[in-house]
Amino acid sequence: MPTLTYRDALNQALREEMQRDPNVVLMGEEVGVYQGAYKVSRGLLEEFGPKRIVDTPIAELGFAGIGVGAAMGGLRPVVEFMTWNFALLALDQIVNSAAKMLYMSGGQIRVPIVFRGPSGAALQLASQHSQAWESWIAHIPGLKVVAPATPADAKGLLKSAIRDNNPVIVLEGEMLYNLKGDVPDGEHIVPIGKAEIKREGSDVTLVCHSKTLTVAQKAADQLAEQNVSAEVLDLRSLRPLDEAAILESVKKTNRAVVVEEGWPHTGIGAQVVDLIQRDAFDDLDAPVQRVTQADVPMPYNKFLERAAKASPEKVVAAARKVLYLDGD
Amino acid sequence: MATKVHMEALSPTMEEGRLVKWNKHEGDPVKSGDTLAEVETDKAVMELVARADGQLLKVMVPEGTTVPVGNVVAWIGKPGEKVDGDGAAAPAPKSAPAPEPQKRAPSAVRSAPEVAPADVTRVKASPLAKRIAKEVGVDLKLVQGSGPGGRVIKRDLEGAPATPAAPTAPPTYHAPRTGVPYEDVPLTQIRKTIAKRLAASIGPIPHFFLTTEIDMERAVEAREALNKQLGEDGGKISFNDIIIKAVALALVQHRACNAWFQEDHIRYWNEVHIGMAVAIEDGLITPVIRNADMKSLRDIGAESRELAGRARTRRLKPEEYTGATFSVSNLGMFDIDQFTAVINPPESGIVAIGSVVAKAVPDGDRVVVGRRLRLTMSCDHRVIDGATGAVFLKTLKQMLENPLAMLL
Repeated sequence: MPTLTYRDALNQALREEMQRDPNVVLMGEEVGVYQGAYKVSRGLLEEFGPKRIVDTPIAELGFAGIGVGAAMGGLRPVVEFMTWNFALLALDQIVNSAAKMLYMSGGQIRVPIVFRGPSGAALQLASQHSQAWESWIAHIPGLKVVAPATPADAKGLLKSAIRDNNPVIVLEGEMLYNLKGDVPDGEHIVPIGKAEIKREGSDVTLVCHSKTLTVAQKAADQLAEQNVSAEVLDLRSLRPLDEAAILESVKKTNRAVVVEEGWPHTGIGAQVVDLIQRDAFDDLDAPVQRVTQADVPMPYNKFLERAAKASPEKVVAAARKVLYLDGD
Repeated sequence: MATKVHMEALSPTMEEGRLVKWNKHEGDPVKSGDTLAEVETDKAVMELVARADGQLLKVMVPEGTTVPVGNVVAWIGKPGEKVDGDGAAAPAPKSAPAPEPQKRAPSAVRSAPEVAPADVTRVKASPLAKRIAKEVGVDLKLVQGSGPGGRVIKRDLEGAPATPAAPTAPPTYHAPRTGVPYEDVPLTQIRKTIAKRLAASIGPIPHFFLTTEIDMERAVEAREALNKQLGEDGGKISFNDIIIKAVALALVQHRACNAWFQEDHIRYWNEVHIGMAVAIEDGLITPVIRNADMKSLRDIGAESRELAGRARTRRLKPEEYTGATFSVSNLGMFDIDQFTAVINPPESGIVAIGSVVAKAVPDGDRVVVGRRLRLTMSCDHRVIDGATGAVFLKTLKQMLENPLAMLL
């Protein structure tokens, strides 16, 4: 199986879907001539031409709206945000147009659009450009939200997103674009709404997604040295959530730690904990713990930034807590 | 302001006390620490001491009266100071100083002290632990939780691994004193089940009984020789003293019988404290000979006589009749050949001793007259199994049949 970077896996998905379906178009800032701020659209302008690879002005609300209109008119646009932080300006189109059109038209108008781009903190981008979007965007009925953590999942989920007849949000990561991994050639589809156990374990379930998969895997390695067998469950999709996979794992391990990039208050982890306490109550041996970003705007100072982020050490500490390994 | 003198809890189990005698009288000066009165508890006659300086202003309870713990029995204060109840026809017994329920109208006389009990019925357990407990039929109240705040969690319900080196393995021969008085061993699942089933079958303590007959020929000789050695002025050594010493030494070798059942664990004592049942006028009490295994026969004899004497006059302090790890009950002086004694919880065993009797015994192919003692051990089956008790009794029998073994 070929080894690709996350960015090239996304590129492959875009290219294959554009070859497969002439209605698929890509638009966004610098996606054409510059080949994408993170080079996800490398070679696409050359292959598909300026009618399908459209460079837009720096006007997120505008081009998001053009994308929604194009989708309503029959195309399958992929709208790239240079970062999701800029998409704050486009929220009205995403929330009020894309997400609600099918409902408000009584099922007459579909909006098959993909909004994608990097979310969450990278390194020292300061508080305005380090926001994790999961809980904001997964809050909204009418949207589907995926957050692939590996190159293979990036390819498979983007292909599913493009083929879906509803608006789909793809949360990528600046720190993920260089990540390498095996990616199946050709028709590789990861269904939306399916989590995956990335590492089997028996003592505690580490629920994660996107960049926190790496955090959870490192934590699982450290826990293994302490004779704790951690199961790493990658959600992959945040809406819909793979509830069955979460419950099945917790029923096996009886304990869970939910790891996410975002802030703690009303975070994705809160949603996962709600599910576990409601539907796996009798399987729980300890209250579920969460590991999140600190409840502050992301600091610019690199030491403070490191301290604010979810880390393997924080996950290990939380896992030991649910395992009652450190006393009261 | 005058200070109340309460009926105090002078023994661990005391709920009320009878005021036997006032040593101080109204108007007498008192100092903190002075003995105000003698109080008969459920176990002994104890001293009620002053907790304040001044004058004994008023005595609220006449001699011979029994009052609940917590009631005011007297007042101490400055001469001439007024106290509550002054001039009242008869001071009504007040309940313990527990907060009174607000809704209730004050009544003149309240019979029993009303104390809101702590909520002991709520067991903190994880949902999973509750489910497991239900599935396997374990009473969570009997499980010691190891989680925060005593929460029972999954691991608390997991049986000990089925390794042969269980913590209940028979104790080592003559285990040296480690300085640790005892060791708490959590109940294994099988131990819990045994405890539950047997208790459910025949009452709170599932007794069973083991009887053995002991050839006392050599013990009789040894006792006579020792008493001759001690002469007239040294106190005599009794069979009871010899048996206490032998029981203590046998327990050192069989720690499995020197144990307390503690509901969720068994406390195996490294120390040996022998309770000695003493009949008193209206009951019995078991003063304790501490570290009996380390004491000489002469010391055991002197101590048991002294304790028994004070027991009969009810002058034992609580620490002198609590904390035994095993007990001995002797009715030999009443010509009882054999009987069974009731275990004194939380101990797990008691040995009942009959008389030394002369009887016809086989000696090879002849019949001769021998002196024999029948001894019956009552065992708490939650702690001691049949074979465990039997091997202990065998050691005890060997020691009594060959008293020199006690010198080893």
